[in-house]
Amino acid sequence: MSLVFYILAALTIAGALAAVLLKNTVHCALALTVAFAGLAFLFLNLDAQFAGFAQIMVYIGAVAILVVFAILLTKNSETPKDGVFSHTWLVGLLVAAAVFAMLSWAILQSVSRLPQAMPAPTVTVLQIGEALIGRYALPLEIVAVLLTVALIGAVIVAMHEKEGIQ
Amino acid sequence: MTPLAGYLLVAALLFSIGLAGALTRRNAILVLIGIELMLNAANLNLIAFWRYGPHPELLTGMIFAIFSIAVAAAEAAVGLGLVIQIHRHAKTTDLDQMNRMKG
Amino acid sequence: MINEFDQIFVLLQHWLVSFLPAAVQPPASVLVSVTAIVCIFPALFALTTVFERKGLARIQNRIGPNRVGPFGLLQPIADGIKSLTKEDIVPLSADAAVHFLAPIVLVVAVFMGFAVLPMGRKMVLADMDTGLLFYFAMGASTELSVFMAGWSSRNKYSLLGAMRAVAQMISYEVILLLSSVTVVMMAGSLSLTKIVEAQNHYSGGLPHWYIFTPWGLAGFVMYAIAATAETNRSPFDLPEGESELVAGYHTEYSGFKFALFFLGEYLAMFSISGMGATLFLGGWSAPLASLCWVPSWIWFFSKLMLSIFVFIWLRGSLPRLRQDQLMNFAWKFVLPMCLLNLLVAGLWRFLGDGWLRWVACSAILLVAYAAMGLGEMHRKQRGPRSYRYAE
Repeated sequence: MSLVFYILAALTIAGALAAVLLKNTVHCALALTVAFAGLAFLFLNLDAQFAGFAQIMVYIGAVAILVVFAILLTKNSETPKDGVFSHTWLVGLLVAAAVFAMLSWAILQSVSRLPQAMPAPTVTVLQIGEALIGRYALPLEIVAVLLTVALIGAVIVAMHEKEGIQ
Repeated sequence: MTPLAGYLLVAALLFSIGLAGALTRRNAILVLIGIELMLNAANLNLIAFWRYGPHPELLTGMIFAIFSIAVAAAEAAVGLGLVIQIHRHAKTTDLDQMNRMKG
Repeated sequence: MINEFDQIFVLLQHWLVSFLPAAVQPPASVLVSVTAIVCIFPALFALTTVFERKGLARIQNRIGPNRVGPFGLLQPIADGIKSLTKEDIVPLSADAAVHFLAPIVLVVAVFMGFAVLPMGRKMVLADMDTGLLFYFAMGASTELSVFMAGWSSRNKYSLLGAMRAVAQMISYEVILLLSSVTVVMMAGSLSLTKIVEAQNHYSGGLPHWYIFTPWGLAGFVMYAIAATAETNRSPFDLPEGESELVAGYHTEYSGFKFALFFLGEYLAMFSISGMGATLFLGGWSAPLASLCWVPSWIWFFSKLMLSIFVFIWLRGSLPRLRQDQLMNFAWKFVLPMCLLNLLVAGLWRFLGDGWLRWVACSAILLVAYAAMGLGEMHRKQRGPRSYRYAE
């Protein structure tokens, strides 16, 4: 368990904690970006370069910007005056803590049965391309259709409604 | 503690932080931020199991994670479009005030 | 023909690193390359600022800086001293942490992009299998810093400039990616060294650069348009138009932080020109087979400076595009042409060698260009001017 892993894990967890705890919404979005960057470096640490760079390009380059635009378009860029946590915050926190307890118990119970350190797989982009077109062609086409539908849907959902007929 | 267990614990912690954020914050956009954190935690799980599992040359985990990134981006777009439209209608994104089924 | 002068920088790096023990040598050689990049490109930036001011001045029928040094060539030193000694003003209501971090994020993300550019034969800092993807990932990170700068200043003009800049950058990022995907398709690899090697062949003395094919020329033109828009250069510089928005998202920055933004913008211009040269102009390969004795890095940097000269030329000649004209252009004209270009590139590969593929591909691209251009023109009603007010 190398030092690099601990530093990256600490960075990611700190970003995620800041993203759910800070008061100013834009600060939360920027902390989320730090969490995404930490995750991308964790992917790189796991020898998944394509996934890591795709994570940076899609999440930091598109989703973070989308979140920030939505914050600005809904006039949430100022710190809210009344509380930022809902009145049922304790129940939510307990549920999340219970989920974490259950997941970590499951992981720690099965540590002995998990695979030990394996040699790094050498994966080239050529193999990923061949896999996408060959074995995973159907999911690729479905994701393409889904992205088109999401694009059209998002535009229609967020469109201004025309007032009367001009 | 094996490397795989370390990555899985980080993913579990990220997931619960995202869940806590989605369940406790008032602003609709912060709920979506929590959801994005949960999806990212699942991606980390997938890549960790791909790396340390049998047959990494099949690339199943990596391809699954890439598709998951694409789907999450699409879902974030639609979700944020919905939040913007709700704000136009109700003039607020405070989830505590949206407790009626009638518009 | 690989002679010593071509590899002089690689040999220099090996010689410098050989003084250290063997265990430290790989990180030390990386450090030497990084130092070289961090020294060369800002020096080139300094030279480019003076070329830009002189070039723009000559286009506008005036002289430009000529006081500091012969022909004004030492002007960057004066500019540097000025920006370093100016008072660093941060507005009282500005978000201090984000305001401080924005220029740093920009410069770091832009410098990372230089790591994958092949600047000569065997002169890449990081020869990655996914080099092109890494470059575009770093390019995507610069957009966030633009937003951070505009929002943290708590200034309506800055925010407006930042939103416009981000909207423009994400639209043209799609076009940048699609025109590069055509090259990746034909070269068969995301690795930039392999893309350059695929173009490094000569037939009858003329090179096989991708720009000399119909789909390559169309792709290069679209890449150039997208590059001008990504770096917020004229004619796409509404976000920083001095007459519209004070200075856009870097209104509230002064002194060294403004110099960092300036540096970041010009370095982004260098890196995107370098990428364009690598993808379409053959990278470090010579234009004629008989000129191979000239070192490869001289060719790369000449192509880079030629692109910078074209950027300066465009800035001096074309009027600024309005925001909605810009976005219409991107989504309704350039993007369909990009998708058609992908199809045409595939057709090129499958029609086999010969004159048929040249005629077919060029015909398809020209007909589509003319048809879409005419379609866009007809949409404009040329009547008395009508106004639309913001809500």
